Amino acid sequence: MIDKLKLVSRVHAINWNRVEDDKDAEVWDRLVGNFWLPEKVPVSNDIPSWGTLTQEEKLLTMRVFTGLTLLDTIQGTVGAVSLIPDAITPHEEAVYTNIAFMESVHAKSYSSIFSTLCSTKEIDEAFRWSEENSNLQRKAEIVMNYYQGDDPLKRKIASTLLESFLFYSGFYLPMYWSSRAKLTNTADVIRLIIRDEAVHGYYIGYKFQKGLAKESQERRDELQAYTYELLMELYENEEQYTEDLYDGVGLTEDVKSFLRYNANKALMNLGYDALFTKDQTDVNPAILAALAPGGDENHDFFSGSGSSYVIGKAVTTQDDDWDF
Amino acid sequence: MGIVYFSSVSENTHRFVEKLGLPAQRIPLRSKDEPLVVTDEYVLILPTYGGGTTQGGAVPKQVIRFLNDTRNRSLIRGVIAAGNTNFGEAFCLAGEIVAKKCDVPYLYRFELLGTDQDVIRVREGLAQFWLRRSQIPA
Ligand SMILES: Cc1cc2nc3c(=O)[nH]c(=O)nc-3n(C[C@H](O)[C@H](O)[C@H](O)COP(=O)(O)O)c2cc1C
Ligand SMILES: [Fe+2]
Ligand SMILES: [Fe+2]
Repeated sequence: MIDKLKLVSRVHAINWNRVEDDKDAEVWDRLVGNFWLPEKVPVSNDIPSWGTLTQEEKLLTMRVFTGLTLLDTIQGTVGAVSLIPDAITPHEEAVYTNIAFMESVHAKSYSSIFSTLCSTKEIDEAFRWSEENSNLQRKAEIVMNYYQGDDPLKRKIASTLLESFLFYSGFYLPMYWSSRAKLTNTADVIRLIIRDEAVHGYYIGYKFQKGLAKESQERRDELQAYTYELLMELYENEEQYTEDLYDGVGLTEDVKSFLRYNANKALMNLGYDALFTKDQTDVNPAILAALAPGGDENHDFFSGSGSSYVIGKAVTTQDDDWDF
Repeated sequence: MGIVYFSSVSENTHRFVEKLGLPAQRIPLRSKDEPLVVTDEYVLILPTYGGGTTQGGAVPKQVIRFLNDTRNRSLIRGVIAAGNTNFGEAFCLAGEIVAKKCDVPYLYRFELLGTDQDVIRVREGLAQFWLRRSQIPA
């Protein structure tokens, strides 16, 4: 498929004592600090819960996870790697290798969830479905095309949209189960993935903006228009993919709000304004709460009286550099 | 009466503050920069940087340094935090920490660049907030 593999033309020994962009070191440290493996989460505790799902719900869950596996595989073996030749600093290259490795961990964690909960036959069938679903294949095809294209900034756009938008039709489901106290350990694995994707999308989007700053106004306008176009192309495909998956369980509209909410965040990671309005991104509060405890609460204390200023849970500050 | 904010090189918070169109002072990024010392009451706007953990690091070092100066700390009147719900239980944690440490209200939180609604809410909210404060007899 790939005609010619593009590699960095000249490699310099990486010197972490001379970091040109502090973000590289900061993000590297954060990614390393957040490193995790699926074996650390006791997914086997979800076996009784898995047993309470209907056949249709099990099938849906497995299809969702094979779709996510495909995206993580793409990002690990092609997406993150394709960004390396365009890196501005050697430290940026190192961050991409870290991202690529973590994507492989993500892809593998779905398999470890499967092997804990499902039979080999069921797993094979779900993978076959994902091979045959045209909307899933189409989404893979769209991003793969840009990864193979010759515009480094467009590659970063596609990559950021994958990290920050394309996963969410899938991420919705484990958050939904978690909000109903089902498959809660599986949801813990997915939350770790979601956290990683936030740093990935942030970082690639940030590097896109740094690259953009060096371009002419004309080219900037072109890339902005291009971003919104690609987003809409992917969004329309996501809508159909969502219908394929969720129509049967009646969750399609709920998933779509979540998609639009994340589409806005993907645009923001690229430095662009949100596209969808507040009404279009009205995420089910139960899903927001499953994502971030208290995330459903409207933290708008402006309107309240003194009593609403009460601060939530106790926080321990372990930074020893506070003087007071 | 103003805004003091921190924003890293990705400048998400900076762009949010620009959209507010209110007088604002920025906490310097690098330790070799001249430290900011304020002389008027302010609301602090800051991004969260703990990377999803609740074990420290949520409040950027630059902000800690700024608040360690009693002159600055004595003038903070409220805090607004930025973050991303992807960070789970650490979502906008910096707001909670600063509110607690400085004993000021945690006024609002938003994600990344903030939406148009966030900008309107904060602009209106801050106007009311300062007005209400000015009406409280000292
Ligand atoms: C390394 C890193 C760690 C982060 N940690 C958190 C976190 O713990 N909680 C949260 O809500 N947001 C977190 N964020 C999201 C940032 O707060 C968000 O991207 C913010 O808009 C950055 O603002 P700035 O561009 O002005 O620096 C993190 C972002 C990065 C890059
Ligand atoms: Fe991933
Ligand atoms: Fe990723």
